[in-house]
Amino acid sequence: MTPRATRLIGFVAFAGFVAFIAVLPSFVSDFKAQQYAYVGIYLIALLGLNILTGYTGQISLGHGAFMAIGGYTSALLIAGNEDFGGSIGGGMKDIWTIPLAGLVAGLAGVAFGIPALRLSGLYLALATFAVAVALPSTVRRFEEFTGGGSGINLFGLPEITGGTTPVEILGRELTYNDWLYYLCWTIALLAFAGAWLILRGRTGRAFRAVRDSETAAVSSGVSLARYKTLAFGISAAYAGVAGGLFAIANTFVNPDAFPVALSIFLLIGIVVGGLGGLSGLVFGAIFVYFIPFWAQGADLGSLLPDRVIEETQKPGGPAIVYGVVLILLMFVIPNGVGGLFRRVGQLLGRRRRSKVQEPL
Amino acid sequence: MRTLLELDAVQARYGPVQALHDVSLTVGEGEVVAVLGANGAGKTTTLRAISGTVSRSGGIELDGKALKGGPEAAARAGIAHVPEGRGTFVELTVNENLRLGAYTRRDRAVKQDVERVSGYFPWIAERGGQRAGTLSGGEQQMLALARALMSRPRLLLLDEPSLGLAPMVVREFFRTVRDLNEREGLTVLVVEQDARVALSVSSRAYVLEVGRVALTGTSAELQDDEAVRRSYLGY
Amino acid sequence: MVVAAFADFMQQVVSGLAAGAVYALLALALVIIHRSTGVINFAQGEMALLSTYIAWALITHHDFAYWPAFVATLAISFAGGVATHRIVIRPVEGGSVLRIVIVTIGLLIAINGFVLWQWGGEPRALESPFGIDTYDIGGVVVTANDVGTIAVAFGIVLLLWALFQFTKIGLAIRAAAVNPHEARLVGVRVTWMLALGWGLAATLGAVAGMLTAPTVGLDPNMMQAVLIYAFAAAVLGGIDSPVGAVIGGLLLGLLLNMLSYLAQYEAFDWFSEELRLPMALLLILLVLLVKPSGLFGRPEVKRV
Repeated sequence: MTPRATRLIGFVAFAGFVAFIAVLPSFVSDFKAQQYAYVGIYLIALLGLNILTGYTGQISLGHGAFMAIGGYTSALLIAGNEDFGGSIGGGMKDIWTIPLAGLVAGLAGVAFGIPALRLSGLYLALATFAVAVALPSTVRRFEEFTGGGSGINLFGLPEITGGTTPVEILGRELTYNDWLYYLCWTIALLAFAGAWLILRGRTGRAFRAVRDSETAAVSSGVSLARYKTLAFGISAAYAGVAGGLFAIANTFVNPDAFPVALSIFLLIGIVVGGLGGLSGLVFGAIFVYFIPFWAQGADLGSLLPDRVIEETQKPGGPAIVYGVVLILLMFVIPNGVGGLFRRVGQLLGRRRRSKVQEPL
Repeated sequence: MRTLLELDAVQARYGPVQALHDVSLTVGEGEVVAVLGANGAGKTTTLRAISGTVSRSGGIELDGKALKGGPEAAARAGIAHVPEGRGTFVELTVNENLRLGAYTRRDRAVKQDVERVSGYFPWIAERGGQRAGTLSGGEQQMLALARALMSRPRLLLLDEPSLGLAPMVVREFFRTVRDLNEREGLTVLVVEQDARVALSVSSRAYVLEVGRVALTGTSAELQDDEAVRRSYLGY
Repeated sequence: MVVAAFADFMQQVVSGLAAGAVYALLALALVIIHRSTGVINFAQGEMALLSTYIAWALITHHDFAYWPAFVATLAISFAGGVATHRIVIRPVEGGSVLRIVIVTIGLLIAINGFVLWQWGGEPRALESPFGIDTYDIGGVVVTANDVGTIAVAFGIVLLLWALFQFTKIGLAIRAAAVNPHEARLVGVRVTWMLALGWGLAATLGAVAGMLTAPTVGLDPNMMQAVLIYAFAAAVLGGIDSPVGAVIGGLLLGLLLNMLSYLAQYEAFDWFSEELRLPMALLLILLVLLVKPSGLFGRPEVKRV
């Protein structure tokens, strides 16, 4: 298939996807809309992590911490804080906090990225892991600033859209959950487009060069420091945006909202979704959000025999299912869902070309 | 002279790329046979086919028995393969490298063998505890040979031993090989780019070209034929 | 007064070493697996947890005495480690590092779930085989448990070292780990050697778990912090250095105890229990900035 044809198909697929997203809430329950909103949030975080790990090849076990930074930024800007009251915030409309959440997290990412330049591979993974581990404790410790263990409550605040008055868009009234859904997915699609633009250009090529061979990259004039740090900054910013949205959707943040496990789940998400490709990440986001539910037999209740459901409902049962499914997925689709799509695409392309004789 | 090794229409591939198309050769017991040819002719692949390091098809028999399986099986059958780049365990000591050479042996004479082998390489006895990675290229090549000897192999495969070594060191190495062949009757199949030194030690040779045997004969014949030397052997 | 302070200090040193001994064992397990398979086994802690529960079950439900249960658990853990490599890791061994990492994470989640599912979440008691005595050595009071822990850990590490240095199979495992291709050429069955490596690592983990349970109580979350400490210790020591893992573990144990100890002084009272781990990690990161490959690690030579 010619590159032009591939790109055309890509555009059509994307447009179809956007249309699908736009009309979905009309077909599903209000509760489901809220769930899908969270899928959108995770997608944003995964898009960011993908830029770092899938394209630049740096493994981060700490992106949950950047989400936390974004989330707390938003929360503080919206709700303010007794001690800091007027000087730091409170009173900002929730939507406007999102880009700020991204900015703050992005700066944190850059600040982290610079010393991290000396580390590679495993050592970098440990460093990011340290950040993820340290964050909940640090947040708890500095409670005058962050609300400590009890967190920051955003419920019912006027700054939250739809919190006190119903939401009106284009003359139509939306339920709160539908509003949330559209907010998250609009930003997710923008983030998707943004990532696509970044990656197809010079920056993307530089990122890939860094991943494939640092030595070759340097000798081609690609500044390692610049691009590695940039990758960290961008991916952290994405995570920050996701975190800000999370704070708004959850109307509550506390240290336990961003545990170490979150960082692990994000990593799982991009691997299951498929490193590098953008389309598989949607599946990654779905996996991160829904598998814990499905592992408990919810949603699939009618498909499995009662005895199985019973056993898996016992504490620990869902985890066994989750773990085994994850392992099996790695056996069967090593390159994630995105990789699966690519393989199918290749096979389809090859069939059409089979008329041409392959050189011996 | 008994045939120890026989290759019959052997093919080998690296993934989709076929490296050997149809290679047939024999090595008699107690012989030193050379495999020559330009870069990419398939010399190394031939050895890999024998030791089972690459996927291959066709008939490969050692002493009348078909050779199947991977390198571990070949090692157990008595084939010692000294790979390109010597294959030294650089992080282990000289002694440990030797002990590994004797891995497939179950008898208890291993210690004596270290002495026997040290007879050919006297410096080994003194440097036993030295980390193998700190040895010079020539020393590592000798160590690789010593290691191969530890297994009391029936067939020794040498892959481009002259690579990266000074000419004097290369000559000394091949002298040792000839020594081993004459004194212990060690059967050797050596792949070499340096045709001249290889022919000085071998009794017969095969010349490969693009994965096929282009030419074969006794070393004397090949050395004397100026046309062959110039077009195939590069000197 | 000074003597009392010194005695106090020494007591912290001993208990720090005891805690560090456990981290050292698990860190060593991580290093063995990293050297042979090239990955960090995130499930190492949970495998150790499972082993500890098995020991507990043998003692509580099957009337085993402690030391027979200990030995039986080691054997079972070894077999389990070998099986894990052959069944779960082998299929993905050739692929990308991330893929194997995710598999170990899946294993972590599944094993933790299994422990919870099988034995429930309430803490169980596993008594220390060393008893509750304390010894007074020149004014320094140490518990039998601490001394016993250090002794057992030391003994196991020594046995392992002897295995690797003096036996044929130990040599084969080392060769398989560093040069798998050449090892095959001399006849080493590399895949089996790697599996044995996993078996040994699982055994080390089992010891670590059994030494941890008496002090902190046996429950499904017991090994999570220990794994983090072990990972940090292994990286601190240099991820491919067994010596580094042991020293890193001991140092970390000492460091954490020192931090707790200092917290009682006014100058450090801002430093709470919760900040122990982040502080320790921060200090390790600072070390890494100076020595990016760890204390005993050799810098990675990039092959072009």
